[in-house]
Amino acid sequence: MNRRDILRRSAAAGLLATPAAGLLTGCATGGGDKGDAETYKGTKSAENPLGVKEDAPLEVVIFGGGFGEEYAKAHEAMYTGKYPKAKIKHSATQEISKTLQPRFVDGTPPDVVNNSGAGQIDFNGLVSQNALADLGELLDAPSLDVPGKTVRETLLPGAVEIGSYDGRFLVMNYTYTAYGIWYSNKLLTDRGWAYAKTWDDHIALCKQIKAAGIAPWTYAGLHPRYMSWPLISTAIKLGGPSVATAIDNLEPNAWKSDSMRTAADAWHQIVKDKYILDGSSGLDHKQSQTAWCQGKAAFISCGSWLESEQKDVTPAGFNMTIAPTPSLGSGDKLPFEAIRGTAGEPFMVPAKARNLAGGLEYFRTMLSKKGAQDFTKKVASLTVVAGASEGVDLPYGLNTVVRALDASGANGFNWVYNNYYRKLERNLVDAACGEFFSGRIGPAEFLDQCQKGADSIAQDSSIKKYKRAA
Amino acid sequence: MRHGKWPLIVTFLVPPVLLYVFFVVSPYLQAFQISTTDWLGYSADANPVGLANFKALWRDDYVWNALKNNGILLALVPVLTIVLGLFFATMLAMGGRKGRAGVTGVRGGALYRTVYFFPQVLSVVIIALLWKEVYHPNKGLLTSALHGLGLPSPTWLGDPATAFWCVLAVMVWSNVGFYVVLFGAAMSAVPKEIYEAVLLDGASRFTTLRRVTLPLLWDTVQVAWVYLAIFALDGFILVQLMTNGGPNFSTDVIGVRMYDTAFGSETKFGYASAIGVVMFFLTLSVAVLSLRIGRRERIEYS
Repeated sequence: MNRRDILRRSAAAGLLATPAAGLLTGCATGGGDKGDAETYKGTKSAENPLGVKEDAPLEVVIFGGGFGEEYAKAHEAMYTGKYPKAKIKHSATQEISKTLQPRFVDGTPPDVVNNSGAGQIDFNGLVSQNALADLGELLDAPSLDVPGKTVRETLLPGAVEIGSYDGRFLVMNYTYTAYGIWYSNKLLTDRGWAYAKTWDDHIALCKQIKAAGIAPWTYAGLHPRYMSWPLISTAIKLGGPSVATAIDNLEPNAWKSDSMRTAADAWHQIVKDKYILDGSSGLDHKQSQTAWCQGKAAFISCGSWLESEQKDVTPAGFNMTIAPTPSLGSGDKLPFEAIRGTAGEPFMVPAKARNLAGGLEYFRTMLSKKGAQDFTKKVASLTVVAGASEGVDLPYGLNTVVRALDASGANGFNWVYNNYYRKLERNLVDAACGEFFSGRIGPAEFLDQCQKGADSIAQDSSIKKYKRAA
Repeated sequence: MRHGKWPLIVTFLVPPVLLYVFFVVSPYLQAFQISTTDWLGYSADANPVGLANFKALWRDDYVWNALKNNGILLALVPVLTIVLGLFFATMLAMGGRKGRAGVTGVRGGALYRTVYFFPQVLSVVIIALLWKEVYHPNKGLLTSALHGLGLPSPTWLGDPATAFWCVLAVMVWSNVGFYVVLFGAAMSAVPKEIYEAVLLDGASRFTTLRRVTLPLLWDTVQVAWVYLAIFALDGFILVQLMTNGGPNFSTDVIGVRMYDTAFGSETKFGYASAIGVVMFFLTLSVAVLSLRIGRRERIEYS
């Protein structure tokens, strides 16, 4: 028997084995429904409004990102404080989708999932497959430690809307995030500059900054969608919240509305006049934020997680400060103070979680004043629980966020197309922003490219569509 | 011998075959089945949709763009890697011409061989992160070197005009070392007398490489070609870590498209499987083609 024969015979053996393997096919999609077998249910009472079975185990999966996992362990300790017989299985990962996808299919998902980070599972996919439990019951349950109020009544405005799909509250976004333009208060005061409230003044200030040898702007060139945030904010402040509703609802030519055009034209100025740090288009978010912390650029667009993300590299006395986008003019529908504020850091209970009631109760623990305060203390981020940051010693930047949100008040705005259609922001608008802010295309082509992306989502019948009221 | 054959086969061949069938063949077959459904990956429900995914693929500009990039990689990465690998291996084996009649490598050959092999020791992830820093547009090695010479520098990974070539260069860089060693080993099997005879006839180094070394190494080169072609059709890890397909999809490859469709910006596992099936057939055809085209008479030393 020579080598060739062996090869030939093993190939034949492989063929014989194929039908056997055929029996295996369909495993990936054919399994499931094991979770229906038994779910833990306790008896509901005033003390236990969600009907938690007190000795039922609870599995919590946390995204091991910027917030770490210590805060979650504290919440879990609060939970077991109330239900000492419950065993909690805690784990943290950065790869939520890769780790949990097989368990969703198998019908044995964890009870609580912090679906966040780059490995986040697309919510459109989860919602359209009914993979998420309705959290409505949680909202109507009494708060753990705010007497006389339901959980819903303790939350900041907008917290429920952002996690709702077709009127069902499915995603509990825990943090409260403001998106704006950041600068070092030290840099501006030292040089005698003041943050500009109108766009013309902003451009004039950029000119001054550039003359002083500092780049006015930098941005995450490898994730250029960060720059879509101030641009869309500028348009919303000019044209009112309907600009955002149109984009979220995938209305025809929503990206090419007059407000979006004017805003894109305005922002094109910082590209044309070369007010952006050289090489920014090749930097990722960490690299650009670090260049900004080193004083190489004056302004950067980011959300309120910036301070904790940059903790290690921010020089003492840097005093990072958030500010709303400048107004385009007196014709703006929203005042200068209006800023994009929204709930972020999504948590969910899978529909097939065995301890569904426990998952809801865990959220009630997180949303208690005590739980929220502990979170703010541990990770320096605001939560969706109203007034939970009172009496907590906040770092400099977060204090400016609190003040900006207060000043913005009822004028605050938001958009959600990035939650509805992850691909639209992460891939399509992202690519268009990259071309626009590196100066390779102009404002008209930029909006065309965004609109083309939105249209491709609108025409894709395999993607479930959502609408929201104004 | 007869009676001893079956226990041997059962013990040594059946377990690996079963493992292979279970972990390699069956996922492949499942992918074929999933590619004909609209499975969204997070429930057990999947409806058969026939060839709808493949029809959608045909009209998907992003997939075509990724395929185009893979095509360029396929055309360039194997050629560049093999040419460089052969060149370095030749220099290491017979580049020196000190003693007129002897065939020796260049001075310090052992050191070069070690240095060339470095990238092979590093994991692909490290290579990607290393080069991301080399390509840093403000303080990277390349930029600083160019600025030091007073030259302007591009933004490397930040510019669609350069990003793709930057990634391609890293692919070649990370592969050459292995093929230097592979070709080097093959060359050492070639009898020295042949080279001495060629030298006496007064052939130049280039002629020696083209007329003598290459034909004698043809089998090895062919294997290298197939490996590199398969590598060029993949390229997933490097691209995903260095650029994730950007800027503006200029470095997108088919593997990234598949991953992004299932685990990234969407959860379309059915569609992603269809991309995988296409990739499977492309890789298979490229491997078969390059083996067929490269077929030549085998040379036996005797």
